[in-house]
Amino acid sequence: MQQVFKKPVSLKDVQTHFCPGCHHGTFHRIVAEAMDEFGVQKKTIGVASVGCSVFLYGYFDIDVVEAPHGRAPAVATGVKRARPDAFVFTYQGDGDLAAIGTSEIIHAANRGEDMTVIFVNNTTYGMTGGQMAPTTLVGQRTSTSPYGRNQGKDGAPIRMAELLAQLEGVGFSARVAVNNPKNLMDAKRQIKKAFRYQVEGKGFSFIEALSACPTNWGMNPISANERVGTEMCDYFPLGVFKNAADL
Amino acid sequence: MTKRLFMKGNEAIAMAAIEAGCRYYFGYPITPQSDIPEYMSRELPKLGGEFIQAESEVASINMLLGASATGVRAMTSSSSPGISLKQEGISYMSGAELPGVIVNICRSGPGLGGIDASQADYFQAVKGGGHGGYHIIVLAPASVQEMYDLTMLAFDLSDIYRVPAMILGDSVVGQMKEPVVPNKRPATELPPKNWVVRGKGDGEQRVVKSLYLGDGELEAHNWKLHGRYQELRDKETRWEEFMLDDAELVVTAFGSAARIAKTAVMAARDNGIKVGLLRPITLFPFPEKAFRAVTERCKRVLDIELNAGQMVEDVRLSVARDAEVFFYGRPPGAGSLPTPEELLEQIKKYYV
Repeated sequence: MQQVFKKPVSLKDVQTHFCPGCHHGTFHRIVAEAMDEFGVQKKTIGVASVGCSVFLYGYFDIDVVEAPHGRAPAVATGVKRARPDAFVFTYQGDGDLAAIGTSEIIHAANRGEDMTVIFVNNTTYGMTGGQMAPTTLVGQRTSTSPYGRNQGKDGAPIRMAELLAQLEGVGFSARVAVNNPKNLMDAKRQIKKAFRYQVEGKGFSFIEALSACPTNWGMNPISANERVGTEMCDYFPLGVFKNAADL
Repeated sequence: MTKRLFMKGNEAIAMAAIEAGCRYYFGYPITPQSDIPEYMSRELPKLGGEFIQAESEVASINMLLGASATGVRAMTSSSSPGISLKQEGISYMSGAELPGVIVNICRSGPGLGGIDASQADYFQAVKGGGHGGYHIIVLAPASVQEMYDLTMLAFDLSDIYRVPAMILGDSVVGQMKEPVVPNKRPATELPPKNWVVRGKGDGEQRVVKSLYLGDGELEAHNWKLHGRYQELRDKETRWEEFMLDDAELVVTAFGSAARIAKTAVMAARDNGIKVGLLRPITLFPFPEKAFRAVTERCKRVLDIELNAGQMVEDVRLSVARDAEVFFYGRPPGAGSLPTPEELLEQIKKYYV
């Protein structure tokens, strides 16, 4: 009998702590599948950031270094320069990458560091309890924007995938979602492209992954999933913003 | 014939780091230590190493963290305001038990201050400048030769104890030129780095982290770290004693202040004053036992620093119970280096 579906070997056989309806688990899975398909698990060094994603070493069966808040691209730079043969990726949330870590992401990308960044954007600070993030949509209520994000005072949400695509050092930049099967299949395709950039030594690759956060959005998993496809995709369009090597 | 070179203190640090096997340097320009990144940017590419001029001090310490996690020898350097920015990363490296060498060629502060020599970063260096309750190894060179020798020692101690090590110099020892004998690396037995991330291969997963959430895990981790700090206190304190045998007043000072103090001590001896110098070389671990031993006999200590009084607290905690500790210092500011004559007056004042 032919086995057509199985757990990726790059993932451990454990339960995750993620809330029901959160998309982290799905992203973990397709990242692990891409890792399996390129056969890089054994030479991968992951860089964990803070927030809900820090526990990735509990789920991925790979070596991991933990980085301070926002600093994962700098830590990954040190790892990759010292071990150029390793497959290096960071996995960061929006508060991490688009607020405290904007300097680190922009400069690692601009140097064209040969690494992959998975940026999970759920428009809020998840683990700290749902505060306003740089990606929080205008009008969105959070625990620190109780009257809704006000563009005049708080600025507009930052579109990181488009912003980074403008840098010379970036090879690949795309935004994906996993809110329906079609988007999920495409997300996996784009993650594989991002990985191929690094596997073939073609430079910095970036995946912005739109994610639901039902708990902090105050929604049930189904409504939260729907919000990803409507409100979030309206402001954060899915697509490939740069594919320099045309992989 | 032993080769002698005439060089700046900052250059001696860079040369020693390379001799010690450091091939990765991450930094950001700041006066008065920019000779170090300049030297590294010139020499490391020739050796197959990597130099990165980071976008910030914050990024450079985190690059050091990442490189160190893979097991290589790596270094960063900066000066006071830049070291403040690095404190986050130093705390994380301490928590994750990562070795690494951090050079602080101090300037005067607080804030932007100025580029003059100062020892006002003593508290920050030895008391755990970042959050969370930790220590790093702190070595205080007083000559260009020591800039070389202590840099090499810093790499070894840091690897042996898995504690970050800092060279705490200042713009005097950083910028002055002296002859240096570039000693080869001592044949120290180093423990295997069986904890580094390397891509798991067919082995077990390895994680370099400082997050411990299980019941009792973090406390156990902290006790382990503090056990290591105690081991450092027991085994690795270093100091210099000068003319202390018959001294009736002990002068103490570290780094460049000790150079000036030594001149004053010699001038005092010329005047028949029985005074000697006890110079801490390791500021953490602090040479407590050396202070205790010398003050069991000689009850008067004059502590001299280029600040308004910082190491003096550790001196007071270390001396014999009935010893008296006096302080003379000059807080940071242009031209605030004391002259030997000025220190001789202080020695006379406290010598009875």
